[in-house]
Amino acid sequence: MYGKGILKGLGVTWKRFWDTYTEDLAWLLRGRKRYYTEEGVRHRASKDQKGIFTVQYPEEKLILPEEARYLPFLVYNDLPDGKREILCTSCGICAKVCPPQCIWIVRSNDPQTGRPIPEPTEFYIDADICMNCGYCAEYCPFDAIKMDHDFEIASYGRNVYNMEQLLKSSEYYKSIRPVNYAREEAARLAEAEAKKAKEAAKAAAAP
Amino acid sequence: MTTPAPASTQTVDLTARFPGVVQADARPGYAGFIVEKDALIEVAAAIRDEFGYDLLTAVTGVDYAPDKMEVVYHAYRTSGGPGLVFKVQVPRVDPVEVPSLIHLWPGVDLQEREAWDLLGIKFTGHPDLRRILMWEGFEGHPLRKDWKEGFYEEDTKPFKSRWPHGQFYMAEDKNPFKDNLTFPQNFDPEKWIPEGDALLYGALARYTVKSEGGISTDRIVINMGPHHPSTHGVFRAVMTLDGETIVGLKPVLGYLHRNHDKIGERNTYLQNMPYTDRLDYFNSMTNNFGYALAVEKLMKIPVAERAEYIRVIVSELTRIQNHLIFIGTLLNDLGAMYTPSLYAFEERELILDVFEAISGARMMCNYFRFGGVVRDIEEAEMQKIKDLVYERIPPKTDELDRMLTENEVLVSRMKGIRMINAEDAIAYSVTGPVLRAAGVPYDIRRADPYGIYDRFDFDVAVRYNGDLMDNYLIRIDEIRQSLRILDQAIKQIPQGPINSQKPQYQVRVPAGEAYGRIESPKGELGFYVVSNGKPNPWRYHVRPASYVNLTALEKITVGQKIADFVVILAMFDIVMGECDR
Repeated sequence: MYGKGILKGLGVTWKRFWDTYTEDLAWLLRGRKRYYTEEGVRHRASKDQKGIFTVQYPEEKLILPEEARYLPFLVYNDLPDGKREILCTSCGICAKVCPPQCIWIVRSNDPQTGRPIPEPTEFYIDADICMNCGYCAEYCPFDAIKMDHDFEIASYGRNVYNMEQLLKSSEYYKSIRPVNYAREEAARLAEAEAKKAKEAAKAAAAP
Repeated sequence: MTTPAPASTQTVDLTARFPGVVQADARPGYAGFIVEKDALIEVAAAIRDEFGYDLLTAVTGVDYAPDKMEVVYHAYRTSGGPGLVFKVQVPRVDPVEVPSLIHLWPGVDLQEREAWDLLGIKFTGHPDLRRILMWEGFEGHPLRKDWKEGFYEEDTKPFKSRWPHGQFYMAEDKNPFKDNLTFPQNFDPEKWIPEGDALLYGALARYTVKSEGGISTDRIVINMGPHHPSTHGVFRAVMTLDGETIVGLKPVLGYLHRNHDKIGERNTYLQNMPYTDRLDYFNSMTNNFGYALAVEKLMKIPVAERAEYIRVIVSELTRIQNHLIFIGTLLNDLGAMYTPSLYAFEERELILDVFEAISGARMMCNYFRFGGVVRDIEEAEMQKIKDLVYERIPPKTDELDRMLTENEVLVSRMKGIRMINAEDAIAYSVTGPVLRAAGVPYDIRRADPYGIYDRFDFDVAVRYNGDLMDNYLIRIDEIRQSLRILDQAIKQIPQGPINSQKPQYQVRVPAGEAYGRIESPKGELGFYVVSNGKPNPWRYHVRPASYVNLTALEKITVGQKIADFVVILAMFDIVMGECDR
């Protein structure tokens, strides 16, 4: 029969239309909210999703996985005396590995000893050039630069971030990447333990 | 651990067949044969007809400054097996001339034009040797080692200005635009008229026939694109029409050209990986795969076993989502605006969610590293993949099939409309689904397996009519075959490390050449990398599937109706990011 294929196709479309409302109704009857809730968004991004799947940005936002990366930021630890401990040692690996070369670091030398100060004097990231590849965070040996989740950075003009704009606390880092943070923290503790044990062994060996 | 196959296994001995004019390439790390320039056509004809290497996939040049230039050809048999590499070396004195192989393989057309455009190698005998990616009137050949781009800073990255004295400046402030461009002699922008268009229309003029049956009819020249929704980006086709029939067509490319090859030569090996994402931006995982293969061949390193499986899993997921987009955009082009494409995008969205969870980005994944992958697939993500492969995608593919395949409007638009036949497809170096829909079961995953594809049981999807309908159906077949591969890969994947190497930001690559090629969803994607032992590649060439497939566009469309042109173009599934590079 001519037109059977079209009707079959329309059946699929109709089913999709119908599914949207039956899903809504099912959620309503179960007393749950399908829209504007985390549960609802999660469901619409899962394999069980039926009917309409749109996420109403900006009222709703997709839930980012932990590994999601956008722009890099620098991590600092809050010290008890209110100061900040910047983890970056200005070793320059991120600047060297950066594919579009958007990281600029100024390293200063100690005027007394003439040796490099292990903290950047200036740190710039040209966010307009950054290609969000994540190499800086991947190859940083000090866990000092990490990729952010914040993607709403639209602005007028060029986005060149200086160190003050780039610094974010390790608490923030922990909040966006708990699993990574826990793993790195464990590694740091293990390293500190090993160092301590080595020193203890050295002290014991020395007369 | 699987060790990569040797760079090129020679199965024929050309030196015995052509004593004196053919030498084996003896440079360390190189393979293949060096052919004397004057004997090239004779040798190439023998390679095609006597030795059976009927598919010439990649043609490119290398600038071995300061003394010579080289043209590299990669030929394969459509019956499968490793390839044959042959090269021509010419002194680097202008004009650099090499005979064109266009009469043996019409498929070299666009690639020879590209080599002329970017490297300044003149292919004598080429009937239409115009620039293709740059514009006519452009001064110089950008891929030559002595050519420098605007905002040139240094020959190789990392740039010294970034660290340890990285006082930020904007490139345009330090290097004003006008001071860093080379203009032709006596160039006056007020009086300059682009000569390219005249040449282009001149190339079309050979189709003009004066009068038929006493009635003289006018030919109309139509520019389709660069801004036309059907062209999937900034693709322009200039065609002459007789009524509604296309009598001549020339593709015009380069609107999205950024000289990916030159950027690649400035970059270090690792830095190129995220750039490959941006080639065919729908399939960043497979782009990564091709590049990783090429560099791993050069480095002669094995790939971790678990990583091999992860690579197959992500590649096949990529193939599925690419074909879903293909079906969606095809229906858009056919006028079924947005409903099918959004249905297709829905499943794609779920696959991209997985990519985002494992690699950190939905499209620009940057997931592969030399020797493995960057991050393991954790149990939670593996479960998501299993859910997709076993529960979600199969019924949804059937649903898409049910919705579209029998639709009478779709069938009447596509069934019986000629795409390309097998002989032409091979001659024009067409690869990928278009070649297989023409009846040639040539799939690199089977013909010349890379990675661990030889371990999986799957059928090479092939259709025999070579019409538009077959080109559409083969995509659905391929989704189903990919699901089969995924099923086996998910079941067999072992535990273990995900990289055979230590993470390092500067890899050591011994001198030599390598050609890594994969079956990307659009066809053969090849990366030709030449190393001289330094941290940056000496030559980095991408052989994109969309670009080379477009060589056949003229052949296919001439004689067809203009309304079908949009559908024919959709069948190539071009992505301009890869096409123009």
